[in-house]
Amino acid sequence: MAAATRKQLNIHIHGGRVIDPANELDAVTDVYIEKGKIIALGNAPDGFSAEVEINAIGNVVCPGLVDLAARAREPGAEHKATIASETRAAASGGITTLCCPPDTDPVIDTPAVAELIRLRAADAGKAHIVTLGALTRGLNGEHLSEMAALRKAGCVGVSNVQRPMTNALVLRRALEYAATFDLTVFLHANDHWLANEGCAHEGRVATRNGLPGIPAAAETAAVAHLLALIEQIGVRAHFCRLTTGRAARMIARARFDGVPVTADVAIPYLYLTENDVSDFDSQCHVIPPLRRVEDRQQLRAALQNGTIQAICSDHQPHEPDAKMGPFPSTEPGISGLDTLLPLSLRLVDEKILELPELIRRLTVEPAKILGLPCGTLSIGSAADICVFDPEQTWLLDAKTLCSRGHNTPFSGWEMQGRVTHTLLDGRRVHTLGT
Amino acid sequence: MKANDPQIDDQGRLRHFLTISGLNQQLLTEILDTAESFAGVTEQTVKKVPLLRGKTIVNLFFEASTRTRTTFELAAKRLSADVLNINITQSSAAKGETLLDTLRNIEAMHVDMFIVRHADSGAAHFIASNVAPHTSVINAGDGRHSHPTQAMLDMFTIRRTKGPDFGRLRVAIVGDVMHSRVARSQIHALNVLNTGEVRIVAPKTLIPAYAESLGTRIFHDLRTGIQDADVIIMLRLQHERMKGALLPSEHEYYELFGLTEKKLASANPDAIVMHPGPINRGVEMDSEVADGPRSVILQQVSHGIAVRMAIMSMAMRSQQDGGE
Repeated sequence: MAAATRKQLNIHIHGGRVIDPANELDAVTDVYIEKGKIIALGNAPDGFSAEVEINAIGNVVCPGLVDLAARAREPGAEHKATIASETRAAASGGITTLCCPPDTDPVIDTPAVAELIRLRAADAGKAHIVTLGALTRGLNGEHLSEMAALRKAGCVGVSNVQRPMTNALVLRRALEYAATFDLTVFLHANDHWLANEGCAHEGRVATRNGLPGIPAAAETAAVAHLLALIEQIGVRAHFCRLTTGRAARMIARARFDGVPVTADVAIPYLYLTENDVSDFDSQCHVIPPLRRVEDRQQLRAALQNGTIQAICSDHQPHEPDAKMGPFPSTEPGISGLDTLLPLSLRLVDEKILELPELIRRLTVEPAKILGLPCGTLSIGSAADICVFDPEQTWLLDAKTLCSRGHNTPFSGWEMQGRVTHTLLDGRRVHTLGT
Repeated sequence: MKANDPQIDDQGRLRHFLTISGLNQQLLTEILDTAESFAGVTEQTVKKVPLLRGKTIVNLFFEASTRTRTTFELAAKRLSADVLNINITQSSAAKGETLLDTLRNIEAMHVDMFIVRHADSGAAHFIASNVAPHTSVINAGDGRHSHPTQAMLDMFTIRRTKGPDFGRLRVAIVGDVMHSRVARSQIHALNVLNTGEVRIVAPKTLIPAYAESLGTRIFHDLRTGIQDADVIIMLRLQHERMKGALLPSEHEYYELFGLTEKKLASANPDAIVMHPGPINRGVEMDSEVADGPRSVILQQVSHGIAVRMAIMSMAMRSQQDGGE
């Protein structure tokens, strides 16, 4: 690691449109950074002398993005990507905090694995990685993990990802045990049996293409089941990667009734639908599957009305071979770090969210869900900052993705908005063109 | 037809044969007409024509098959092509070798055409999009998606017995539509040929979601489903589906959906009965029906050769002209 990027210099970011939703700030102003922290906005503090000037005129200056779900593939699948490669991709995409799900190999069910990831990320120095611990040992759905130890090791929550729980009783116990230690449970609403090893949304396209289908009820039945337990236990719960409008409405209803649940959506689900698998495009093979056009609309509406608080990349980088095969045999997932911000910015163009609100959903909202103090430009907070040019347009080419995983269905799409600088604890971890 | 349909060349001719979906009536009719001309050949004493002399055709089967593979082999031989049979079942698949590697290795032997069967839906499309420019791919069945040569031989059989006007026909497809690539291809072909009515008859557990969007009417009762039908196509029910959550028992299935002479009485008096084989006698239908006067099941098998000859020669024609 070059000393220059490691070093925390006095930085003056001037002339940018500074958007900090946590403080309801949206103004053209200056940002001053010293010893890795934001020390002032507006006028320079007395005696401040900048070692680095970043000209942000015409650009947006906002908190570094917080991504609720990104797989760095380390440990266990280093042939796909590594913490070093993916944190570099995160930095180039303006993302300063990544949350890594526990389905690594070995699974994050011991402090040692959480510690390994933390150390590798610190060593790479390009982005913060926080981890979710496994809800059950080895994600086997049967034995509780040592959640207290995982929490102590820094896990910000627990999850069984998409792996099934043996039965409702184990699920209940696991939720209760997590609640004991005030851990947020990150839930993937997917009824394993109803999903029946399908690979596409059970709808017109899957029927025509003869693809084993996953019904919408695999999600909605699981949401109903989970909500019943959450309400009784009072555990803090977050629903990961909603795909159906109906599930979003069920969650809206629960929130209205006072159940404090939150939810996120992965950005591809706001653009792609079941129709994108018509030609068996393995780049659109994702689990849970892309749903109907109506679901995409309803997810956007749920994002708009606040039922869904956060947008994430659901980054899943793959080696090329993983996607070279007949659709059902390919590995699911999209490499998403490079496209999280530019695809999200389309939501502003499409009048789904105003720019400050969009930034809220990419920064302070996911930070709140993770229980982290980041995602803001408050005085005294860590200088995790993203500067981007909102006007710059560019053509996405899968081959030039910064992530080691070049698996994206968005190749050839015109992207708007490009990150020019990313700061992590006041260090420059990305500068466009260098 | 779709502008970027991979199975059509830039002159609108067949290059690969992957699915019926996306093909037009003219092309299907051309296949049937060409098959008609080959039907004569297969009835002669010298059953060979030199159309594909010097061509190498590989039967690449990732799933077991006797009937389909044999008729493809026979069809290729009657067109004077050299045929190679390669069976790669899941268990014997070379450890770690990807489908693409397998394909590249065989392709290195300068193959002109692949006949492929694979357990994954979309496999034929995948192979077609990865072969050399002058290689054709014929789908001999991929997952639950498509089995277009079977559908065409069925259309050929219907046309030979019922005449060319599909518009006046009611066709009922009975059985496991959910898991059937044959049914999907038949439904597409019947609709492209403007069949008067296409019905499917099965319990809800064997009917895929939104099946009506394929252009079918759905029935759950066999008698009403085949009422006044001109053509009844019985689908094969895989043994593993008969127990468990899809169907309670073989016995109840036969009681409700098995075709007997008695139930056949509600169809048109001159209705024909078809089955893609192999038949489970006493499950999908009674022996009395299978061997009875309305059964055209054995004709289907012999028509398979002429229809596959037609499709292979048409696909090779596009390839030969394209190579000039």
